[in-house]
Amino acid sequence: MITMAFMGACQSNPNKNSAKQLAADADNAGLKLPEGFSALVYADDIGRARHLAINTNGDVYVSLSNKKKGGGIVCLRDENKDGRADIIKYHGVYDGTGIKINNGYVYFGSDQMVVRYKLTEGELLPAAKPEVIAKGFDDQNQHAAKPFTFDQAGNMYVTVGAPSNACQLEDRTKGSPGMDPCPLLAMHGGIWRFKADVLNQDQAKDGYRYATGIRNALAITWNTVENKLFALQHGRDQLGSFYPELYTKEQSAQLPAEEFLSVSEGSDFGWPYSYYDPIQNKKVLAPEYGGDGKKPGRPDAEDPILAFPAHTAPNDVLFYTGSMFPEKYKNGAFIAFHGSWNRAPLPQEGYYVAFVPFKDGVPSGAWEIFANGFAGIDVVTNPGDAKHRPCGLAQAPDGSLFVSDDSNGRIYRIAYK
Amino acid sequence: MSSIVKQLIFSVVLGVFVISHQESRGANNTGSVRSEPLAKEISGNQPGKTAAKEHPGKAAYTKYCLVCHQANGSGVPGMFPPLGKGSWAGRDPKELVLIITKGLSGKIEVNGEVYKSAMPPQAYLTDKEIADILTYIRSDFGNSFKPVDVEFVKKVRSGK
Repeated sequence: MITMAFMGACQSNPNKNSAKQLAADADNAGLKLPEGFSALVYADDIGRARHLAINTNGDVYVSLSNKKKGGGIVCLRDENKDGRADIIKYHGVYDGTGIKINNGYVYFGSDQMVVRYKLTEGELLPAAKPEVIAKGFDDQNQHAAKPFTFDQAGNMYVTVGAPSNACQLEDRTKGSPGMDPCPLLAMHGGIWRFKADVLNQDQAKDGYRYATGIRNALAITWNTVENKLFALQHGRDQLGSFYPELYTKEQSAQLPAEEFLSVSEGSDFGWPYSYYDPIQNKKVLAPEYGGDGKKPGRPDAEDPILAFPAHTAPNDVLFYTGSMFPEKYKNGAFIAFHGSWNRAPLPQEGYYVAFVPFKDGVPSGAWEIFANGFAGIDVVTNPGDAKHRPCGLAQAPDGSLFVSDDSNGRIYRIAYK
Repeated sequence: MSSIVKQLIFSVVLGVFVISHQESRGANNTGSVRSEPLAKEISGNQPGKTAAKEHPGKAAYTKYCLVCHQANGSGVPGMFPPLGKGSWAGRDPKELVLIITKGLSGKIEVNGEVYKSAMPPQAYLTDKEIADILTYIRSDFGNSFKPVDVEFVKKVRSGK
């Protein structure tokens, strides 16, 4: 690797020479991938790139959590078809996370609104003026991101994260009890359904609480084959900080699991009263509600379909429907794990894209790490040390997988030979 | 033989001489107690090896602050601000004490980045813990600001 880099430095940049060919980067953009897969840097340093959506003509739209060059949406086009963006424009006055293309519009979720911009066939930039689809969301200082997805019946499903860790009376404060019942669940901590094409819907008046007991589902997607909603939750933090008498540092780093949820109308996954313990393989009562690490969770809490390592922060999920990747990936789920911050003093976890095989709508085998190496270091101690952190996923028309990084604004394109 | 090794051998010989003298006087000390100061002395004579004592604030920082602000004070991008160079560590200590005891919410800017997570109050910390933590932060992570003493923290918390 070092020799190659040295040679590359001595000669002219090999990437520049091969600019016209649709070839992967020599080092696969720094990623470790399974046999037969390759990667290239589609775009770099575009801003705090959160989620992304790809149009049928290959144009890419990326949401930024902080505006750059006056825009919160990055619009990218690969005009000379070399696999890399050569037209990059900034658009839209809002910043945020949620972004999807639906019915000829780019929908965008800022923290307190979901808006949409009309796309014109052949044009990269959407309309200048947005329309408001859903509004009235609370001003929150945590879990404020509004990702969303669409079903095939004209509905939009929006994650409304809870502005809280464990619904304590005083958030993240040792000794403060959990509020029972948790009043936040009325308007937060779940998934709200709206009409996809009705303007100015208000969360309280027009939104429908489709599912509850979900702390913050940044990863949310409609599985078009199973016609079902799936999501992953960011589990609660700091069991060990607030209950050191119940949890060691190691247990605090390993609990609770990040839950992969199969979501139906009326689902209740138990937050804040319960969390999923992947070692005991059951929902356990949260200490804020009288739990001791062993008492079972409240009976109405649904189990996840799969449990992932604690605090790894699943930021996006995508069911693969393309034909480029080998058969085993068809209809399976890719998940972008943003990476933990609160496993310290143990090493952090995540910072990779995982894959879960599915058959008939349920996981059919063990999950695996699909793409690794985003962080650029083997062991992440401090999240700030990670060079890149996977945040968003999108499937291109040719079946390649795009991954966005919100640390340094890199967009990766992963392809199969 | 290097001069360091010569020094080392001299120290050992001297130490053994001192110990044997004390033993002959019928001292109650056990051998292990007496070898402790000897070990410290040897390490003190070796260049580059100081018996560095950990800053008292480090343990408290590790227990209460590290989970969010991280072991190297770098914080978490987009969530919790860093505490190193360019951060708020060099601000008026009175402000820093109040941040710890009352918490901090609303949008702030540190090193060109915007943060809007709320820091919960850590009012349960003792005056000494707060003084030690602030002094540690202000002298580590690339900072070198004046220490904060217990009397000052007491004064701030009493509202003066």
